[in-house]
Amino acid sequence: MPDWLPVAASTYAKDIDGLIWLITAIVGVWFVIAEVVLFYLIFRYRRRAGVKPEYVDGSRKKQIAWILVPCAAILACDLVIDAASARVWDEMKLTNPKPHMTVRVDGRQWAWDLTNPGPDRVLDTSDDITLLNELHVPAGEVVRFELRSRDTLHSLWVPELRLKQDAVPGRTFRGWFEATRPGEYGILCAELCGVAHGVMKGTLIVHESSGYENWLRSAQAQAPAAAAPAPATAPATAPATVPATAPAGGSVAR
Amino acid sequence: MNPVAEAPAIRRPAPPAPAAHGGDDAHGGHHEPESFWRRYVFSTDHKMIAKQYLFTGVFMALVGGFLAQLMRVQLASPGAEIPGMGAMHAGQYNTYVTMHGTTMIFWVAMPLLLGAFGNFLIPLMIGAKDMAFPRLNMLSYWTFALSTVVLLGSFFVPGGASPVGWTAYPPLSANPQYSGNVWGVHLWILAVALEMVAFLMGGINYITTAINLRAPGMRMKDLPLILWMQIVASVIFLFSAGPLVAGAVMLLLDRTAGTGFYNPAAGGDPLLFQHLFWFFGHPEVYVLLLPGLGIVAEILPVFSRKPVFGYKMILWSTIATGLLSFVVWAHHQFVSGIDPRLAAPFSLTTILISVPVAVTLFSFIATLWKGSIEFTTAMLFALGMIAVFLIGGVTGILNGSAAADIYIHDTYFVVAHFHYALIPPVFFGFFAGIYYWYPKMFGRMMNETLGKLHFWGTTIFVNVTFLPMFVMGLRGYPRRVYDPTQFSSLGDMTLMQILATVGTAGLLLSQVPLLINFFGSLRWGKVAGPNPWRANTLEWAAPSPPPHGNFAAQPSVYRWPYEYSAPGRAEDWHPQHLPSGAAAEGSRS
Repeated sequence: MPDWLPVAASTYAKDIDGLIWLITAIVGVWFVIAEVVLFYLIFRYRRRAGVKPEYVDGSRKKQIAWILVPCAAILACDLVIDAASARVWDEMKLTNPKPHMTVRVDGRQWAWDLTNPGPDRVLDTSDDITLLNELHVPAGEVVRFELRSRDTLHSLWVPELRLKQDAVPGRTFRGWFEATRPGEYGILCAELCGVAHGVMKGTLIVHESSGYENWLRSAQAQAPAAAAPAPATAPATAPATVPATAPAGGSVAR
Repeated sequence: MNPVAEAPAIRRPAPPAPAAHGGDDAHGGHHEPESFWRRYVFSTDHKMIAKQYLFTGVFMALVGGFLAQLMRVQLASPGAEIPGMGAMHAGQYNTYVTMHGTTMIFWVAMPLLLGAFGNFLIPLMIGAKDMAFPRLNMLSYWTFALSTVVLLGSFFVPGGASPVGWTAYPPLSANPQYSGNVWGVHLWILAVALEMVAFLMGGINYITTAINLRAPGMRMKDLPLILWMQIVASVIFLFSAGPLVAGAVMLLLDRTAGTGFYNPAAGGDPLLFQHLFWFFGHPEVYVLLLPGLGIVAEILPVFSRKPVFGYKMILWSTIATGLLSFVVWAHHQFVSGIDPRLAAPFSLTTILISVPVAVTLFSFIATLWKGSIEFTTAMLFALGMIAVFLIGGVTGILNGSAAADIYIHDTYFVVAHFHYALIPPVFFGFFAGIYYWYPKMFGRMMNETLGKLHFWGTTIFVNVTFLPMFVMGLRGYPRRVYDPTQFSSLGDMTLMQILATVGTAGLLLSQVPLLINFFGSLRWGKVAGPNPWRANTLEWAAPSPPPHGNFAAQPSVYRWPYEYSAPGRAEDWHPQHLPSGAAAEGSRS
């Protein structure tokens, strides 16, 4: 059963998986109890000749307790789940670990423009590297991302990192992740963004840290070609009738 | 018999003499023969309006089911030729996704649960002749009919029907440049707004009727639970629909008048729409859940011959559920970019809603204890509703946890969850209600063999369809993707897609016995008589089907509706309108 979830490839992936299994275990127990009692009563009190039902209306204190005591236990379970959930959420969203570098993710119909800061590790300088649908990061380092959209909503979705965040035009979202396993992972769009939403995909390449430096040097060598801004026209999958260029003013930071 | 002339009931003082009855203006005490148009089309009779909602809702369910099957065929075999339609392209797929969701929520669940059962049952169960405002009731249906025409018409305008999702998030929905669709989205907004107006008129009518037109002697705590649930659902709807209509009008203005409510370049914000939408959208889930639970609450006591367990607990938990439903909406937006500090409070309220819902479900289960359960088709669907809804209920906790939701949001897990949360109240509840009240609506019994075939087919294929989606979602597969082979990194899901598609086909085929049963029984069903189930509520005191005006004489109410197997009584039921000491009519002999 656990292998239903994809491989966990970020620091907080384990925490989210742990939370999912904790909740599944708790609600699973309640689910089994409720179904077993339901089916037992259905079987036990099926109509039989000569057996009369009893007038039980659940208005006595003792009878009310049969319902309210289990529901108090559910309340306790709810609070446990809430606490565990808030702990994981806070770690992901409200802490701000010191980053190794910041990358920029721009969603548009129907591609990701992905910008690495280059060797100086500072965005918006001349050595930035912008690639179409391809992002390179080192493993074992905290990477901050700035997420924007140029047109409609998109959602940055890397299942193996357990990372999902909507991109909203007019806003810049800042988040972080720390990839733990080198490899190639799909970058999907998880928010309906128009006709080619289903093929909007990129690749996240997580390098060993020395591999990342190597990639950076080779990318830098081809800089003139690679650093050219990604074409603003739609990918081949987009129908010609739908213009994919973004209107002005789509990327104002808040 | 005239109950008012009898000796006072034991449990309460003599009911007041029947007062002049409200709602008489549209049809005086005497009825002249009506023309076809007055009787079947522009009827002010709540029962005819209920049937109009019923047939419209069933027709739209077939439309919605057909759209679902188109999607499922594409997902099981991407690019396959569909007979008569050719291969589907991505834009069509998005249209089917949008229109399936829209249709099922607004044009199936609402008319079937509120339009049909609300209209049919509220006056009958409180001993009234009709709704408080019969003409408003007619206007409600015809506004709904107009909205249906607009919605279906949108398939035939240039560019086709809306492809922007049933949630219609801007900027995709606000800007035709992004969706490539002008008229489909315009008409979608118009249709939804009209539909809201129709049910606002209905809701006002339901609440007014249930509070003001009760039979003499009927206290609020003598109301059958389904009426409480219809009232609470209507109140939730009244308070939540305004923001959605406002949001839709602003969207329409953004599209047509150049305003920028949702346009960041003009100082607007796309997230505003999400808040307005879900401020309506989540309470709407309970607008649909409560009437479904209400149907189950009526059927369980009748077929276990026992009082409902914990009437007051169910009532208070219903009201608590309704109140809580207004403060959970942002759980749809955990990854949308709302302030991260909002996640914890919305997680808390969302997960807490499990407590009142559990009170209701546990009370239902406890109702079976020491009962004598008869497995009619209506009872099977009522029990099935509980068993299947539990899956939707417990999986909702995973979505309610903000951190877990980061992973499962917008995946097939969510698709599976909300189908398990909505199909039990909407379809199991509706089917249970149809098998149970059909004799009252049409005067004849439905066939039990066909009914059981329908029940088992539906129950099995619902699970064949939606259980695989939990697995697909946990693997990370996003929803609303028209070609499931695109993300090979998530593993091969062909088998599960095929399974789900077979399930949908089976689910649709399983409705054939219902349609045969429904229409066949109109003609060949056994004549029902006024009270075939030996039930207590007031509708069974009227003839089957009830004439215009419902009751031969104004009934009075002497007790609560769940007096089954009371000690010291020969019959195991005791209708609400019978004075104590009187024998029940229509016993099976």
